[in-house]
Amino acid sequence: MDLLDWALLLGRVAVVFAGLLVTVMLLIWMERKVIADMQTRMGPMRAGPRGVLITLADGIKLFFKEGIVPAEADRPVYLIAPVIAMLPAFLAFAVIPFGTSVTLFGREVPFQLADPSIGILWVLAMASLGVYGIVLAGWSSGSNYPLLGAVRSSAQIISYEIGMSLALVAVLMYSGSLRLSEIVEAQARVWNVIPQFPAFVVYLIAGLAETNRPPFDLPEAESELVAGFHTEYSGIRFALFYLGEYVNTVTVASVAVTLFLGGWRGPAPDVLPWVWPLLWFLAKVLAVVYGYVWVRATLPRIRFDRLMAFGWKVLIPFGLVWVLLTGAIVVLPDVYGRGPVVAGAAVVFGALVLASVAAPLLRPRPAAEVGR
Amino acid sequence: MSADQVAFLVLAPISVGAGIAMLLQRNAVHAALLLVVNLVTVGIFYLMLAAPFLFAVQIIVYAGAIMVLFLFVIMLLGVDRAEPLEEPIRFQRTAAVLLGVGILAELVTAVRAGVGFRALGPAAFAETGADTAALARALFRSYVLPFEATSVLLIVAAVAAMVLARRRPAPATAEPEGVVDAEEAAPEEVGA
Amino acid sequence: MRVELAPIAPELLLVGAGIAVLLGGVLARRADPLAHLAVSLAGVAGAAAASVMLWSREGATALAGAVAVDRFGVVARLVLLGVAALALLLAHHTLARDGELRPEVPALILFATAGMTLLAVSADLVTTFVALEVLSLSLYVLTGSSRRLVSLEGAMKYFLLGAFSTAFFLYGVAMAYGATGTTSLGGIAHALAGRTETPALALVAMALLAVGFGFKVSAAPFHMWTPDAYQGAPTAVTAFMSAGTKVAAFAALLRVLDVALQPLGWDWGPVVAGLAAVSVVVGSVLAIAQTDVKRMLAYSSVAHAGFVLIGATAPGAPGIDAALFYLLAYALMIVGAFGVVSLVSQGERGTSLEDHAGLYRRSPVLAGLFALFLLSLAGIPPTAGFIAKVSVFRAAVEAGHWWLALVGVLASVVAAFAYIRLMVLMYMREPVGHREPDPSPVPRLVLAIPAAGTLLLGVLPGLVTDVLGKAAVLRW
Repeated sequence: MDLLDWALLLGRVAVVFAGLLVTVMLLIWMERKVIADMQTRMGPMRAGPRGVLITLADGIKLFFKEGIVPAEADRPVYLIAPVIAMLPAFLAFAVIPFGTSVTLFGREVPFQLADPSIGILWVLAMASLGVYGIVLAGWSSGSNYPLLGAVRSSAQIISYEIGMSLALVAVLMYSGSLRLSEIVEAQARVWNVIPQFPAFVVYLIAGLAETNRPPFDLPEAESELVAGFHTEYSGIRFALFYLGEYVNTVTVASVAVTLFLGGWRGPAPDVLPWVWPLLWFLAKVLAVVYGYVWVRATLPRIRFDRLMAFGWKVLIPFGLVWVLLTGAIVVLPDVYGRGPVVAGAAVVFGALVLASVAAPLLRPRPAAEVGR
Repeated sequence: MSADQVAFLVLAPISVGAGIAMLLQRNAVHAALLLVVNLVTVGIFYLMLAAPFLFAVQIIVYAGAIMVLFLFVIMLLGVDRAEPLEEPIRFQRTAAVLLGVGILAELVTAVRAGVGFRALGPAAFAETGADTAALARALFRSYVLPFEATSVLLIVAAVAAMVLARRRPAPATAEPEGVVDAEEAAPEEVGA
Repeated sequence: MRVELAPIAPELLLVGAGIAVLLGGVLARRADPLAHLAVSLAGVAGAAAASVMLWSREGATALAGAVAVDRFGVVARLVLLGVAALALLLAHHTLARDGELRPEVPALILFATAGMTLLAVSADLVTTFVALEVLSLSLYVLTGSSRRLVSLEGAMKYFLLGAFSTAFFLYGVAMAYGATGTTSLGGIAHALAGRTETPALALVAMALLAVGFGFKVSAAPFHMWTPDAYQGAPTAVTAFMSAGTKVAAFAALLRVLDVALQPLGWDWGPVVAGLAAVSVVVGSVLAIAQTDVKRMLAYSSVAHAGFVLIGATAPGAPGIDAALFYLLAYALMIVGAFGVVSLVSQGERGTSLEDHAGLYRRSPVLAGLFALFLLSLAGIPPTAGFIAKVSVFRAAVEAGHWWLALVGVLASVVAAFAYIRLMVLMYMREPVGHREPDPSPVPRLVLAIPAAGTLLLGVLPGLVTDVLGKAAVLRW
């Protein structure tokens, strides 16, 4: 590695960082506009054309606001918690391939910061660190509502991380690699969303819970907990939480795109071959995020015990069964060939298992249990 | 000096410092956090030593799961106050120091003798080094039975948690003979 | 890669039955506990059949060297499965009587049995470790499965000291790996046999493994948990763990000593002999001081661990032969003895020596059975215990440890006092209090099995010596 390589690496890091910031800015605007539209309002209109600069204005406002440290707070932890909340979200994005590559100064520059052999596991590792920011913020505030929010949040995130991991396990078994670039490569013929649809659904639901987005935003349920773990935060530190949350949303959506929706793949004309993958990737991420916003506008918040029960009693068993089936799908053809009998049996068996998992969901709850 | 060495020289003091600070810390939450710092830096060392899978496991299992549960318990139980530093067992501190010195001596001897520091890996590592695929080969070929037997261990652990958590401790007062706990006599009702 | 499953078919059947029982407990909540018992016994019977079928396939190791396929393993498994079947029957009856029967109990017994049988055949220290953990974890929970405080206390002590001993064992495994670069028993033996001087790491490994196994077989001075755990556990569970853990852990210990550490025979001989001497003395002397039958039997089990170790000091086939016979006899008589206690007592009440006073007046059958098991534990002819003691002493003397045999004989005499005192209480004293023993006939019939075995092995030991002789060769 010579100086040019280092410079290119630093450049890539800077571009990705800035890109994420701009994306988040637009994303917040988009969310507000979409929700406004769904509620037949206008949404933000003043800052910039059709209010596109609203996030910037909010950011500047927050930056100049006073940051208050409560008297009861555990000062060092309180100050560092927002940073800890934000960092993993950015780091997780480092392994996402968001395009092919471009040749600059005679060097091939991939549109991916790093492509470690553990790809998916890196994403999981960062997701598991993400909970610290929330837990620490809640604890260090020295106040009850944030603490309750933090406890809820850590329980929720740990629980849904398992469901999410199971979805990822199914994908990596199907693709035969942990490396994200290879997983995108493996989707050249057909996107994983088709053969791995159940895992896709599990991932999307777990992703909602991981990012504390509605309808799983119990940790910051304003009707119960004021504002959850960040009740006591203000000014720039509050902005950091906000930022981290949205970067997290982008990362979760990007992982969904990479693992299930073919990554940067899409039909492209021959002009500027490196631009189209970028655009495809961006379009797919926006589509997923739009789905999340849509869910937020549609569904009411779920009660906390229901949320945990759903995670442990539905999502995780379902994910486990799906991992089992994926294993069968991957291994059986190698052992018994791809004859129609095996395929037919697999389809029938799979349908039976899915039906048996889905049946308890569709059954109406006995009235006595609703109160429990 | 290579990038690895720079990273090591930066991280090693942080790692050791966090470990020592953790021991000296009286606040349980701070101690747990310092332990997290230590675990993460050790994970990065794994990464630099070309064992990325170990890094991922270290972060996900130790930093991500175990320490979060630690914090969870500390927060829930509210044990974030200073612990009394009296020794319940006499000579405990002396014994601890002696044992610590003993282990240090053992380690130094072992390192100086070079014992066990040859490349003695499972056979699967011989071809490609310790990459993730080699680890998978070791787990699913050389050690497939212990690996699978671990699943039985996990089932037992889950059942154990269930059995122990469902207990309603009987009152310590002497209960009259032959009385069956009404709660136990009723059929167990498990929420949907 | 094709994995051949026949060598672990018994374990698979046991775990399968355990999972079936658990699932049954969830899906059919109102199901008759008898159905659980039937499934469990079917699993045990299937496992026994699968083990017998392995008798003729004696080979080296299977599953990438994880398990040994030899006749030693078959015999050890059959003993363990017999213990499990008796324990399942006893536990079903006594726990149902005490209102503590849940589907988890038979399931945990099955999982523990799977761990024990796997432990008995493991040919790799990693397998040994995992099997040890499966059986220990199941037993911790079974010990604490009752809602009585003393049960919790026993489980807590068992768990803490057990975890401690696991750490020793694991450290020993790490040291063995450091010394030889392998965890397979055969590989360790190969690596050690080639050396002219014994590496220090291997000696440390040997000591640590000895400590780890010492805890599991409750050899003195690592027996501290035994009385509390045995007393706290529901008595049927005590019967299971006292026999099962000992047989399984000794099977694994014999494999480690006579395969992996065989090149270090001169080094581990004195260690094992020392443990044996301390165990027989401590167990026998402390058994006298007890006022609770379960605690007395617990200390007696410490002494019996010592007797097995006396047999194990003889390297190679003679030692294995003697130890195996002793384990078989011990399993029969200790399951029987705790089985009788589980019928005389109820919950934690009725286990003191006083409660056994005049047992003959209340239930001559139980008193007779108990007397037989006690005589066997004391090593008085014509019972299995006598033949077993003779065989371990003979093995020790032939290996040159005559002093150890002498210590053993003296300790037996001391221990006999404790057993005979209990018999005097049962037969020559008037009953105290109004407690009546469990009148059900079925568990008495169950206890007739170990009783018959104890007598039969005592009168006609030739019935099994042939089989045991063939099984006394470890393959690796």
